[in-house]
Amino acid sequence: MEEMETTGYRLSVEGKTGEEATIRLAGRLSLDDLEPLMADLQAIPVRLKPRRLSVDLAGVDYLDSAGALVLIELQNRARVLSIPVDLLNVSEKDHGLLSLIDPEVLQRPPLRPEIVQSPILETLGELARRQFRDFQEIMSFVGEIITALVYCLAHPRVVRWADVMFYMKRAGADGLPIVALISLLLGLIMAFMSSLQLKQFGANIYVANLVTIAMVRELGPIMTAIIVAGRSGSAFAAEIGTMIVNDEVNALLTMGFDPTRFLAVPKVLATMVVVPILTVYADLFAILGGLIVGVTGLDLTAFTYIQQTKSSISIFDFVTSLIKAIVFAVLISGIGCQRGFQVRGGAEGVGMSTTSAVVSAIFLIVVFDSAFAIMLYYVRH
Amino acid sequence: MSPSDTEPVIIVENLTARYGDVTILKDVSFEVFRGERFMILGGSGCGKSTLLKHMIGLLKPYAGRVIINGIDICRADEETLQTVRKQIGVLFQADALFGSMSLSQNVALPLTEYTDLPSDLIREIVRMKLGLVDLSGFDNHMPAELSGGMRKRAGLARAMALDPMFLFFDEPWAGLDPVTAAELDILIRSINEGIGTTMVFVTQELASILNLAQRVIMLHKEAKGIIARGTPGELREKSTDSRVLNFFNRHAM
Repeated sequence: MEEMETTGYRLSVEGKTGEEATIRLAGRLSLDDLEPLMADLQAIPVRLKPRRLSVDLAGVDYLDSAGALVLIELQNRARVLSIPVDLLNVSEKDHGLLSLIDPEVLQRPPLRPEIVQSPILETLGELARRQFRDFQEIMSFVGEIITALVYCLAHPRVVRWADVMFYMKRAGADGLPIVALISLLLGLIMAFMSSLQLKQFGANIYVANLVTIAMVRELGPIMTAIIVAGRSGSAFAAEIGTMIVNDEVNALLTMGFDPTRFLAVPKVLATMVVVPILTVYADLFAILGGLIVGVTGLDLTAFTYIQQTKSSISIFDFVTSLIKAIVFAVLISGIGCQRGFQVRGGAEGVGMSTTSAVVSAIFLIVVFDSAFAIMLYYVRH
Repeated sequence: MSPSDTEPVIIVENLTARYGDVTILKDVSFEVFRGERFMILGGSGCGKSTLLKHMIGLLKPYAGRVIINGIDICRADEETLQTVRKQIGVLFQADALFGSMSLSQNVALPLTEYTDLPSDLIREIVRMKLGLVDLSGFDNHMPAELSGGMRKRAGLARAMALDPMFLFFDEPWAGLDPVTAAELDILIRSINEGIGTTMVFVTQELASILNLAQRVIMLHKEAKGIIARGTPGELREKSTDSRVLNFFNRHAM
């Protein structure tokens, strides 16, 4: 290729200070040498201050738009110094290129100033306003989802049960292995750590109580909820968010479907069923983990361990733990769907909503768990 | 025509494209000359976009080769491929502007990545490119704030950021109203004639084909290859193939 062989430009200047000057350019005027070429050329009118400047392009064998930009910038600069510039021996092709570039646009300011970091007070105010709006949106979504759920309770046939089944498999069955593994390990760790302390008092048997009470009352529901939030809450947000971006939600609306009922209700119902079940599994696997430590490390028999476990919890504990799990399920799926519906823009919006779905879900889980802890304390006593 | 106009710069030789076991294109061969406006036509599902993806190196052919500017891009190593990619600009069908960046950042991206130019020079080049596509002043707008035609033009500005020798267009007129499409035609023609960029289009937009194309090839789904080649005028007036005539006269099969 002839354009590949020659690289670089050659530049020579003729003429004395204050008189007519000629710049001879040859070779390649391209993006590759833009910086030195620009510096070389712009120095000439300043240095020579000629009455008239001619630029001879006879030797130029390649000119791209960056090269053309340099020539036009030279004319612009020279005009400021009131030096007329003539371009000589411009080939027909290069002339076409030069005529494409409008010298005026190089100076035209943007229609809108660049976005700069606003002052701290403004940022704070904006943040507060956004939080408030976010809260409003969540509240109105809570209203929507409750209306939709109540409507679906009254008209069970409008619920898309196939979707409910699908999400039950996704959020429940597919999540069981990881929930089981984490709770088993959690049970092992709790039993092991507590046994180190309880051994000193000869209270080995109370490891069973500790693991069971901690798991059933607190950790079972909360760990399960956090895992489901990470696995399924984020997936719900990403799914609905992408549907928003692709106009699929608008398509639902124009077909006369209520997106909340169509998209959110099956997910909420599915998680309401599977999270309590997963919680029971989590409890069982944690107790199994405790049992392993008890039998192998503490010389307890499996029978005594299980008897002790049974005596340490009441039906009340178990039922409240399931109620907690159901509440957490509504929080996770609700916030996941809500964040999905909030998506605006493109890929970036989906990413943000997914993150926010998980973070908000975990935050709400902890807040509601605290509320439950206090409430249940007063119910018990 | 001067000699350089007949110099083939893109050569596709016996290209066979497959997705899994499904053959999309079989033994396709053609050449694109320097500075030409070349169009690949055909109905939906005939493999136009697949062919384009092979020509820009996004897909590897099952058999055959694609030579761009003397380099076989199917067998070139990553480093050589990188130099070829810098000579190629692609305008994707869905404009593919980065939604999280302003227009000037979109256009500046290849410049900041591939050159060591200082930021004020880059800003100047970006302004020039936006001016070329008639978007001067929109430096700090986000892609989402623009109309479809403006986004197409911004995508073109980004594709041209490094002054590529080749521009590839995937359905550039899809979703544009006739007036905007005609404006895009004028812009493309002026860039082609001014800068001399070799342009390859994949399209089924009849008006723009007749308006812009210098040479076309037409693909067909059943034939899995080229069923006609020539200027659009020749194909429309002189072709005896009913598939070609139906395409150009907008008849149902």
